[in-house]
Amino acid sequence: MQTITMREALNQAMAEEMERDEKVFLMGEEVAEYDGAYKVSQGLLKKFGPKRVIDTPISEAGFVGLSVGAATYGLRPIVEFMTWSFSLVAFDQIVNNAGQIRYMSGGQFSVPLVLRGSSGGGLQVGATHSHTPENWYANVPALTVITPAFPDDAKGLLKSAIRSNNPVCFIENEKLYGFKGEVPDEGDFLVPIGKGRIRREGSSVTLVANSASTHRALAAAEELAKDGIEAEVIDLRTIKPYDFDLIAESVAKTHRLVIVEENKPYAGWGAQVAYDVQRRLFDELDAPITRVTGMDVPQPYNGRMEQAVMPNEQRIIAAVRDVLQ
Amino acid sequence: MSSAETKSAPQKGSSLELPPAEKLRLYRQMLLIRRFEEKAAQAFTQSKIKGFCHLYIGEEALGVGTISVLQPDDAVITAYRDHGHALARGMTPKECMAELFGKATGCSKGKGGSMHFFSKEKHFYGGHGIVGGQTPLGAGLAFAQKYLGTQRVTLCYLGDGAVNQGPFHESLNLAALWKLPIIYIIENNEWSMGTSLARSSAGLPLVNRAHGYDMAGLVANGMDLDDVRAKTAEAVALARTESMPTLMEIRTYRYRGHSMSDPGNYRTKEEIEKHKESDPILLYKARLLEQKVVKNEGDLEKLDEEVKQEVQEAYDFAEQSPEPDPSEIYDDMLSPEDQIPEIPRGNYNHF
Ligand SMILES: Cc1ncc(C[n+]2csc(CCOP(=O)(O)OP(=O)(O)O)c2C)c(N)n1
Repeated sequence: MQTITMREALNQAMAEEMERDEKVFLMGEEVAEYDGAYKVSQGLLKKFGPKRVIDTPISEAGFVGLSVGAATYGLRPIVEFMTWSFSLVAFDQIVNNAGQIRYMSGGQFSVPLVLRGSSGGGLQVGATHSHTPENWYANVPALTVITPAFPDDAKGLLKSAIRSNNPVCFIENEKLYGFKGEVPDEGDFLVPIGKGRIRREGSSVTLVANSASTHRALAAAEELAKDGIEAEVIDLRTIKPYDFDLIAESVAKTHRLVIVEENKPYAGWGAQVAYDVQRRLFDELDAPITRVTGMDVPQPYNGRMEQAVMPNEQRIIAAVRDVLQ
Repeated sequence: MSSAETKSAPQKGSSLELPPAEKLRLYRQMLLIRRFEEKAAQAFTQSKIKGFCHLYIGEEALGVGTISVLQPDDAVITAYRDHGHALARGMTPKECMAELFGKATGCSKGKGGSMHFFSKEKHFYGGHGIVGGQTPLGAGLAFAQKYLGTQRVTLCYLGDGAVNQGPFHESLNLAALWKLPIIYIIENNEWSMGTSLARSSAGLPLVNRAHGYDMAGLVANGMDLDDVRAKTAEAVALARTESMPTLMEIRTYRYRGHSMSDPGNYRTKEEIEKHKESDPILLYKARLLEQKVVKNEGDLEKLDEEVKQEVQEAYDFAEQSPEPDPSEIYDDMLSPEDQIPEIPRGNYNHF
């Protein structure tokens, strides 16, 4: 085992996959000579050269579309968004091209593409730079959406994403890049897409979260434990397709479900989870399913206001106490 | 002549003179597109074809001429007015008509429709419905061709209305910056739906947009098959030998409305009639007779009958073909074979 940061884990994943397959290349703003806006691609230019680690102009629609075309032709691009907030100018390319070409062509063309980069709020960069876009892309049937919370999952899932023959939105969280954790350093370490992971066991209530919200849920669980409330915390890891069975097992044990997601509430992924659980596990539930989400308001710049808008520990604890009443 | 036009690709000296049989083949292709589109129009009015149906009538020499100078494994990508390119690329009238009818035998298994024809076998990368959306994809095909060292080139078509989409400008910049073997072809038919070129675009002629990106620019007369071929051959040679992109503006005209649902009231009859005087098929026909490629008009009439027969067979085939089975609705969305273990897929629909 090695203890490394999320940033290093992502870097290792890309380096190993580029080593393994000549068709894998990395493209994005500042990924090469600058070593990445968040240093995720540090050293890759040196290792693989400018043919495979490519600085782009500030042209998200252009280079995302280009990578979709290249993937259609048989390459396996990794595209880095400086942040996912900037993916919006490429929305058409992601939704209409990456997301539809395989189906519209009757299955003739695959799009083995990974779009990745940072996301999320809490850094006081204001409304345009703080998006959590997992819902937007999870709404596109052919897109896979992954949001890792720990370095080991980041590495293993990114490697799986690069090997997938389908387009993957790999949504990292800016606040987690420096987060350290244990990552296996032997062999080919892959984490399966579509599987959640129990990060804390408990029997009083089930907390389902993703990305940075997993850490918020874990912190809330520690607080609750002081009062004898044992929360089970599931890190969903993949938003689409998500691991219903793991949630079902946990809810069958705890009979209470609180969903924690940073994205805005309206039609967020938690709404889908809540729907599926009430539909299929109605009799198991002893309390209404409750969601703790980002608030339905643009992200404020002010620090205290922004903290209030995020699904913070206090709101999670309040939600748990509510469903336990 | 604009400065972009003069900055044209070097002539590669390849003889474009075709043997008579080849000339006849290209003539037949243009005729096939015309008759196919006429049949499609008829089928649309019979409600056998639904949705949008954009016809290529009047623009045949453009599609046939440009594609005729390609190798079979060069890449072609275009917008929604794609029937002509598909047929010129050698896709069969049967699979194309069946796609229009939404049948399982269609080139996209009935899942794409008129605007979304695809054929991996023919290196035809679609058929794209969002105006300008295909232009970065074209750059990506060319990027991959270069990355893999294939010596192949990409033709990417767009309309005169699409030139004002941001992604097109991003694509031109990327193509020039990274020296991609691509030829962007503006099919300037003077109208984007009901908006004339003069009302949509500054900085005419459109080929001028090449020089903002330090790219070769060429203009061709899209009603003249030989001119289209000569200019496209220059651009293809530049892409293939030096991996340099070109922007072409090919001037053409569409005789019909924007789509089958457009009566086209924004144009005068006189305007349309004037353009029909330089009809690409009639022009080439006169040339075939003058060059004695065929003995007399009777031979060409026989050919026309043969083409009509082929189109009728395509129509019958489409009509008799089965609908896709509803059980296949989820098929083709995700790659069935993968380099990783199968991902369990949720079902988010309970009814
Ligand atoms: C982004 C987008 N906006 C609008 C449309 C609707 N639309 C389809 S075709 C068209 C006109 C385009 O004209 P042009 O690019 O000149 O191509 P032509 O139809 O003449 O071949 C419009 C407005 C669309 N499909 N996509």
